[in-house]
Amino acid sequence: MGTKGKVAIVGAGMTRFMRRAQETPKELAFEAVRAALDSAQMTLGDIDCVIHGTAPDAFDGIHMKGEYLLDGSGGWQKPYMRGYVGGGTGVFAPIQGWYHIASGMFETALVVCEEKMSSCQPHPQGAFLTIFDNMTERPLKPNLLWIFALEMNRYMHTYGIKLEDIARVSVKNKNNALHHPAAQLGKEITLNEVLNSEVLAWPVHREMVSPTSDGACAVILASQKRAKKITPKPVWITGVGWNLDTSYWTNRDLAYPQYVENAARMAYKMAGIREPKKEIHIAEPYDPFAYKELHHLEGLLLADKGQAPQLTADGVTARTGNLPVCPSGGLLGVGNPIAAAGLMKVCELFWQLRGEAGARQVPGKPHTGVAQAWGDLMQVGTVITVKN
Amino acid sequence: MHLKGTAISKQDLDSGKVLFTRGDPHAHYTWDTGIGIGRYLEGLRKGKIFGTHCKKCNRTVIPPRAFCELCFSSNIEWRHLKDTGVINTFSICYVSWDAQRVQTPYLPAVIEIDGASKGHGILHLLDEVDPKLIRIGMKVKAVWKRPEERTGAITDIQYFKPY
Repeated sequence: MGTKGKVAIVGAGMTRFMRRAQETPKELAFEAVRAALDSAQMTLGDIDCVIHGTAPDAFDGIHMKGEYLLDGSGGWQKPYMRGYVGGGTGVFAPIQGWYHIASGMFETALVVCEEKMSSCQPHPQGAFLTIFDNMTERPLKPNLLWIFALEMNRYMHTYGIKLEDIARVSVKNKNNALHHPAAQLGKEITLNEVLNSEVLAWPVHREMVSPTSDGACAVILASQKRAKKITPKPVWITGVGWNLDTSYWTNRDLAYPQYVENAARMAYKMAGIREPKKEIHIAEPYDPFAYKELHHLEGLLLADKGQAPQLTADGVTARTGNLPVCPSGGLLGVGNPIAAAGLMKVCELFWQLRGEAGARQVPGKPHTGVAQAWGDLMQVGTVITVKN
Repeated sequence: MHLKGTAISKQDLDSGKVLFTRGDPHAHYTWDTGIGIGRYLEGLRKGKIFGTHCKKCNRTVIPPRAFCELCFSSNIEWRHLKDTGVINTFSICYVSWDAQRVQTPYLPAVIEIDGASKGHGILHLLDEVDPKLIRIGMKVKAVWKRPEERTGAITDIQYFKPY
């Protein structure tokens, strides 16, 4: 892949995730950045460049959000950029931070992702209409649930997957989130409660959907030379990958995310990972809907096609299983402030690999992890692999 | 971990404890339909569904496009497709585009259009069918608006129904 330098994560921080925050987007970003800097015992003066990630401007109703969020992101008089691939942004932003440093241009990079969805009234769902094709789809008044429901139904049909197979993901992640201090929706919930929850868009039930959220996350990246001076426990970024499929989503195989596989293969090749099922200890795949965790485990080559539900049923993906998946509680449990939710997964790997995840710590001293986000019009996969 | 972030409730806002301001951006646009979609919509106005065929990729796609995004060539042929197809996937949706609950569900589906390459469909709606009886693989046919009502829009097809 021809990359120059090694890059480590040396600090991480986040705000609470909540349905509606009193703080402005700038203030949320500030709190996440402040927490990340404090965790690494660094000041803004130690930061060479800043990467900001946030999802569509339509949620906030603030145009040019990158510029608006500059101050809260700590980007004042620094090389600063906003990166964007919809829901995939939260893992895309640290990838951009990675190549800022791997290129040799910078020694340190601050990556901050923020989302405040509550500003959009009466419900941020209305803003999602604008992601559909303006000429061939928007006149049909689609909502975001449609494409998830359509993809989930195709996935279930193709592999003969039952609703309870998918509902188990909600049970696992919402219970995991009980132990995450920033979580919005951690709760004890049973399989029957998920299956008996309101049908929003068959086959999607209410308890299979992540909430709308406000929140922010930040990580600090450093070159090999600097990382070792900042912390005795750097977490190394070993591979990065990203890939987009065609925007004509109704022409794609909805049962399998080939673009996630492409992104994963790119990251695994760079990391020297040949057998991801054996070599990955923790996975944080993107789980805005329960079936997406399963879809993405398959795309990440951590389960064979159509087999991720069995791993879940067998307890393999539980926090105490052989391959803990979303030990954070995921988007289903911690919440889904879109770009921040993806970066939350990278934060989780950082804390898990340093043994700092508290009550949700995965047993067995994990050494490797993969985080993945997904988005745009169901077409982008963004993947990062890490090791301690 | 010391976490920041202040969750607020509807009561905090209603009581005036937490202040907010309002904005209502009125942004209006006109979108030129271009070469590919322009001809597609022109076809719909005439009650015909067109796709495009890329000879190099041997792929017939819908919605049609002025260039093949796979081989990145504009060497395409226009093809008149049928107004029938097969349900690739569907949903029974009780929520409107702006998150309001509805009694009569929307029935969105991806419909693979007959004459297009396998797996190539469009987003549209189903109707004149009991939602419980909808199945993946079901054959459906377009129900068109009357010719004088058509405007050259995807909604010139009212919906698809089983046949």
